[in-house]
Amino acid sequence: MAGSDLVMYEDEFQKIDEELQKLHQQANATVVFLVDKNGQLIASAGDTHDIDTTSLASLTAGNIAATGGIARLLGEKEFTILFHEGEKDNIHISLIGQRVILVVIFDQRSSLGLVRLRVKKTSESLTKLFDDITSKAEKEKLEGKTAESPFAEISDEDIDNLFK
Amino acid sequence: MSFINYSSREINCKIVYYGPGLCGKTTNLQFIYKKTNPEQKGKLISLATETERTLFFDFLPLALGDIRGFKVRFHLYTVPGQVFYAASRKLILKGVDGVIFVADSQIERMEANIESLDDLKINLAEQGYNLEKLPYAVQYNKRDLPNVAPLEELNKLLNADNVAWFEGVAPTGVGVFETLKSVAKQVLLELKKHY
Ligand SMILES: Nc1nc2c(ncn2[C@@H]2O[C@H](COP(=O)(O)OP(=O)(O)OP(=O)(O)O)[C@@H](O)[C@H]2O)c(=O)[nH]1
Ligand SMILES: [Mg+2]
Repeated sequence: MAGSDLVMYEDEFQKIDEELQKLHQQANATVVFLVDKNGQLIASAGDTHDIDTTSLASLTAGNIAATGGIARLLGEKEFTILFHEGEKDNIHISLIGQRVILVVIFDQRSSLGLVRLRVKKTSESLTKLFDDITSKAEKEKLEGKTAESPFAEISDEDIDNLFK
Repeated sequence: MSFINYSSREINCKIVYYGPGLCGKTTNLQFIYKKTNPEQKGKLISLATETERTLFFDFLPLALGDIRGFKVRFHLYTVPGQVFYAASRKLILKGVDGVIFVADSQIERMEANIESLDDLKINLAEQGYNLEKLPYAVQYNKRDLPNVAPLEELNKLLNADNVAWFEGVAPTGVGVFETLKSVAKQVLLELKKHY
């Protein structure tokens, strides 16, 4: 099967969360998101109350996918940074390690320069974190480790119950 | 590619509706949206042309409930069926966990069905997937129309591997949840195999 599932445990999630919190603060951003390339929200920092994060994640991934498609047509590798400027809010989108998408929403209290600078730092840390996650998952697969899997015992009944 | 988060105790899986233009993919999602409780669903996002043809994708996040303390979420996508949107269809298939092929039962759409199914197989293969190994079901939609092909013939032309198939009338919901359930179940059983 192409690609592998993304499995994330508590401690890894916490580290990612810390990175996002730090970025949110240091970049003076309104909100910061981390999205899987397939459109699934991984984590966020800042005030997400008024934002439909699930939709935002899916559209951001669509956006990256579409510009990636354009890049390939032009013989470019991939556009790793997208920036959209609005009247109030601006959005800075960057691709990290070919796998996840970092989204920063900010207004006039910050600036593109500051966001760029901070995103760069965060990207480096996150790249390393995700490398660790991937190698850990591979190692566990090799060792045939199945941790505390909630799925091993899924029954037909469990599944039928979902559709009641 | 599902995303399993042990921290927030969530599983997210991606299901894609595929099929020729106007076969009823968007209508499937609209019906599901209409019939689910507000707390179970997010917004239905449709990136569509002015004439309501899907331009890039439709997206509907569905939270079905819990399994063993894990929140199970399905992200439903439709592709744009019109032939010239080929590039977009490839993008949407990325990271897919399960596919629903919606066929248009009308006799005059048979060629379009076959072409779309071939397109699906090619696009999956390009990404290293194999339709035979993927959670998958077929929906023969528009069964309410007078000029439909017999099921036997549809199965012969579009379901050589004899996977689960359903008759559909998407606007009134016939077969809609049955088809989704079939693939969702296969996706979860696939997870069971791997984890
Ligand atoms: N009679 C009948 N009409 C249907 C049925 N399903 C869908 N339609 C109609 O067919 C038209 C096209 O449906 P859509 O759901 O937009 O088709 P689609 O597959 O999303 O098309 P694209 O976005 O172009 O790929 C709409 O007018 C629907 O109301 C059905 O089962 N019976
Ligand atoms: Mg559509």
